[in-house]
Amino acid sequence: MPLNEWIGLLFILAAAPFFLAGSVGLLRFPDLYCRLHALTKADNIGLGLLILGLMIQSLSLADFLKLLLIWLLVLLAGSTAAHLVARSALRQGRKPWERR
Amino acid sequence: MISALSLFDLVLIILLLWLAWHLLSARDLFRATVLFITYGLLMSLAWVRLKAPDVALAEAAIGAGITGALVLVALGRFGEAESDEAEPGSLWLRGLVASAALGLFALLGWAVWSLPTEMAGLKAQVFERMGESGVENPVTGVLLNFRAWDTLLEMAVLFLAVLGAWSLGEAEEPSMPAPGESLLALVRLLIPLIVLVSGYLLWLGETAPGGAFQGGAVLASGFVLLLLAGVRPIPSLMGWPLRAALGSGFALFLVVAVAVTGGSRMLLEYPPGWEKGLILLIEGVLTLAIAVTLGVLFAGGRPPASPGAGKRGEKR
Repeated sequence: MPLNEWIGLLFILAAAPFFLAGSVGLLRFPDLYCRLHALTKADNIGLGLLILGLMIQSLSLADFLKLLLIWLLVLLAGSTAAHLVARSALRQGRKPWERR
Repeated sequence: MISALSLFDLVLIILLLWLAWHLLSARDLFRATVLFITYGLLMSLAWVRLKAPDVALAEAAIGAGITGALVLVALGRFGEAESDEAEPGSLWLRGLVASAALGLFALLGWAVWSLPTEMAGLKAQVFERMGESGVENPVTGVLLNFRAWDTLLEMAVLFLAVLGAWSLGEAEEPSMPAPGESLLALVRLLIPLIVLVSGYLLWLGETAPGGAFQGGAVLASGFVLLLLAGVRPIPSLMGWPLRAALGSGFALFLVVAVAVTGGSRMLLEYPPGWEKGLILLIEGVLTLAIAVTLGVLFAGGRPPASPGAGKRGEKR
């Protein structure tokens, strides 16, 4: 395997813990707002690393730009969706969790 | 030794079965909807693994995306009122249903099992005559040339679906709270990109996975976003332009089908040399028609008659 594929693989492997952490946070965090936080933060970084790894593996400009576009779109859509979910929950009067 | 990929396939199959079971047995309709969308996404992954990227694209865009949005909006409109606890029925009735279902399952399983493992199908014939199809992607060649009939009738089905939805009532104004600036900002950014990607998928269909249905579904997601963001359609376009766009795919396909007939040529047999142009023309119009059809289905009924519309001749 060429060197760039190895380096790409390292980035992809580095992405996995973030997805895992996001999923664990989604399942274990106490309320909706915390879960949103875990999910979006972890996914954004995880996906970023994954995309970076794939870019290094492909080494073609067209793929590079398409992957970059995918990442930016997911960032945009993810943050907007998280914002909308949180706002609608706040309006329904859900109180954020507090440590007792 | 199991390779990593077949392990992946195994996990995928188990997840799909697990999801299907949970979505069918979910009492909460919202939960079932979310599981359905997840199922669609994993199913498209399964199509990728089966080396059918065309189907995967369609499944992701239509199966998970647009259908998911349709189910969600239907749930929002009707709420949980319809999800009353159904009477489970007596034990022997349930046993009867279960054994009938199991019998059908066994029959299907036997049918699949008795198929030869290596089936050529019509692959050889298709590849042999790809040169005559006018395109390079065999899937597009089959859908828009060799079996254009099927696609023509699919357009008829879509058209009938809209007629059905429209005859049931008018589209309701969504009762959602105002979407706010963040969604509007996202929509402003996304709409031009959606139009671009839709055109790209349409053009790509000639040589690679893509085409009218995928492009149309992407464009339809633009309509869905606009409706969700509270952008009201232009009233002057809601009359005959909307109806013309809805019927355009089916109508143009029919016109081409009849127009190319003559001499020794059959219905839908494109004259040599015209294939690519005709396919591109049909697919272009189809993309728009499919997008408008899906968008209209999301709106959920015929456009509300605004006061004054349709009464232009009358004096008030």
